[in-house]
Amino acid sequence: MKVRSVWLKAFGLWAALTLLCGGAYPLLVTVVGRLLFPEKAGGSLLRSGEKVVGSSLLARAPAGPGYFRPRPSACSWSTLPSGASNAAPTGAALTDSVRIRRARFQTENEPADGAEVPAEMLCASASGLDPHISVESARLQAGRVARERGLDEKTGAGLQKLIEDRTEPRLWGLFGLPRVNVTLMNFMLDTIPEFRNFHQEDGHDARPDPAEK
Amino acid sequence: MTVHDWIPPAVYIAVLAVLSPPLAAYLVRVLGENRKPFRGPLALLERGIFQAAGIDPAVEMTARTYILSLLAFHGIGLAALTVLQMLQGRLPLNPAGLANVPFPLAFNTAVSFATNTNWQAYSGETTLSPLVQSFGLGVQNFVSAAAGMAVLQAFIRGVVRQGRDTVGNFWADLVKSVVHVLLPLSLLWAVLLIGQGVIQSCSAGPAAVTPSGAAQTVPLGPVASQIAIKQLGTNGGGYFGVNSAHPFENPTPFSDFLEMLAILLIPSALVFMYARLTGQKKQGWMLWGVMLFLLIAGLSVALAAEFHSRGPDWPAMEGKEQRFGITDSVLWAVNTTCASNGSVNAMHGSLSPAAGGVAMLNIMLGEVVFGGVGVGLTGMLMFVFVSVFIAGLMVGRTPEYLGKKIEASEIKMAMIVLLVPNALILLGAGLAASVPAGLAGRSAAGPHGFSEILYAFASAAGNNGSAFAGLGAGSPFYCTTLAAAMLAGRLAALLPVVAIAGGLAAKRRSPETAGTLRTDTALFAFVLTGVILIVGALTFFPALCLGPIVEQGLFGLGRLF
Repeated sequence: MKVRSVWLKAFGLWAALTLLCGGAYPLLVTVVGRLLFPEKAGGSLLRSGEKVVGSSLLARAPAGPGYFRPRPSACSWSTLPSGASNAAPTGAALTDSVRIRRARFQTENEPADGAEVPAEMLCASASGLDPHISVESARLQAGRVARERGLDEKTGAGLQKLIEDRTEPRLWGLFGLPRVNVTLMNFMLDTIPEFRNFHQEDGHDARPDPAEK
Repeated sequence: MTVHDWIPPAVYIAVLAVLSPPLAAYLVRVLGENRKPFRGPLALLERGIFQAAGIDPAVEMTARTYILSLLAFHGIGLAALTVLQMLQGRLPLNPAGLANVPFPLAFNTAVSFATNTNWQAYSGETTLSPLVQSFGLGVQNFVSAAAGMAVLQAFIRGVVRQGRDTVGNFWADLVKSVVHVLLPLSLLWAVLLIGQGVIQSCSAGPAAVTPSGAAQTVPLGPVASQIAIKQLGTNGGGYFGVNSAHPFENPTPFSDFLEMLAILLIPSALVFMYARLTGQKKQGWMLWGVMLFLLIAGLSVALAAEFHSRGPDWPAMEGKEQRFGITDSVLWAVNTTCASNGSVNAMHGSLSPAAGGVAMLNIMLGEVVFGGVGVGLTGMLMFVFVSVFIAGLMVGRTPEYLGKKIEASEIKMAMIVLLVPNALILLGAGLAASVPAGLAGRSAAGPHGFSEILYAFASAAGNNGSAFAGLGAGSPFYCTTLAAAMLAGRLAALLPVVAIAGGLAAKRRSPETAGTLRTDTALFAFVLTGVILIVGALTFFPALCLGPIVEQGLFGLGRLF
């Protein structure tokens, strides 16, 4: 076979496969995805009226003491780009961060004596956008959230119930960990009327200013 | 760690074992030499591509022409992908208005994807447009995997044929692998993944604003189509910088399971395809058994290390996602390095030193534990040749494999496949650890800094693509040295195998006698495992001592850097 004909065939094949694998294939997947799972293909967006307020799969920066706090993020919850700490297990930096995060969680949530701070709240996630926390840390945060929102005891219990209802289990009881989606929880805090602070509806934030405490 | 943590790996392996033989039967039907004429849309597609490119699939090639065709095809892909990235700012389908990629990085990325490595010195979401991702990277994801499968098919012909000087047609092997195997499986996987929440969109992401006024761009793109092939083709290059840890690439434990299954599915099925096409069923189970043993051995060490190597005050969740947890993250890390996949769902650099060391060792062994699509099995077969040779020397017989004499030329070629990556890893890491430009890339002090460098060269030369990602791999020094390692590693993995195939095809099979060393027995499996571990362990033991081994010791003592 002549060398020139090899190059010509290689080029022809590259062009044909580019159109097939680079053009037709993703296009077909896009069309099928749009037809079967339009919400999911589009990023599982959360909407408030017409406005997009986020994606249920992506963590958001902590919104304040009246909301659940997501896992620590090495990229400050930015999506452009996402990122991890890549901290070495023997790095002093990691140990320092863990100490700071543990102290912050304890100050914020005042867990009962001896309650261990769940590991995922001490460690930055792999994506920096992990929307989930463990069920334990959701429970530990719920008291603070209810207090900051001025919820009465019954509604506070309702919040604990919401955590139970919204716990995502392991797959087949085996894969992954049980978890609660912080982004969704915070979205519900803003949209379910009983959890909203009553004064918020007319535009006033009735939460006490942290500086006053 | 409890008994519960052993069940997911067991279930994973069981599913893999159940799915591999049927997929192998399909592979035999569509790739086998004497396949029946095919009908249906895939056959039409196959014919259409041959016509468009002016290829006659029936033309036989010598090993030399086969290699030339492979090189020409890779050369064009490499050049096109480099140019595409350097011009992306002026091309359409760039909704975020991303700038042209500068040359060293563009070349590094092009080499990385053309060689099936998918090392990523960039973050996809802020560097590459959907056009480059699909028409550039996506295409190389398919064809680099298919090239590995093609080389395996050529090798099988070498084993099966007698007195012939040809090993098949590269174009035909490549196209059949894409059209009948990678494309349909990717379609299936992509749709399943979208059902779990993986995104697939051609528009730019919306800017979301929360009630409290904070803004966040929701990054969209043709992700599911890319993820499906990156997992199935042992490519591993994520759409996003954090790869399959990103919730848009891998949103649920089920998507995680699917993606993890895709890493080893085709490599595992190819072992059984090889066994069927060479008429050596028992041989297939022997090879598969050795692979499984090495997988389980690595997994056991890594899991134990991650759960137990330090007291409860070391929270092992750094660089891991809550929806996966420790077990699934370690299982993925072991799978992705057994294969030459290199995708990650947790950050390997934050694993405990021993678990990260297992990942590194898997790559250093040549990724023959199931391994990359096609090249994993051919790499394992090179170890088989060396084992046959050593056993032959011990009993004073001419070594044979499946009736074909293994002579000096075969052993030389096998040694190139096995030793070139080793040399690249050790020399590359040695160079980087001794010049300022290399040392500057470290993000960690102490032995972990050396581990970052060692892992980078192992990953590049082994065409894996995962990383201890703290390393500043975007610098000109690492862009060029790692690109060279990837290219040399890939050529060394593919070309000698085709050359061996050419030599074997010409040889006649000698009849089996009582003195023949059987290669499908438990005894041979033992010899093979020994050879793999001795070549890997002895070559890398000193380097591993300076990195993960000493770090694990210090880690246990609580020493920090």
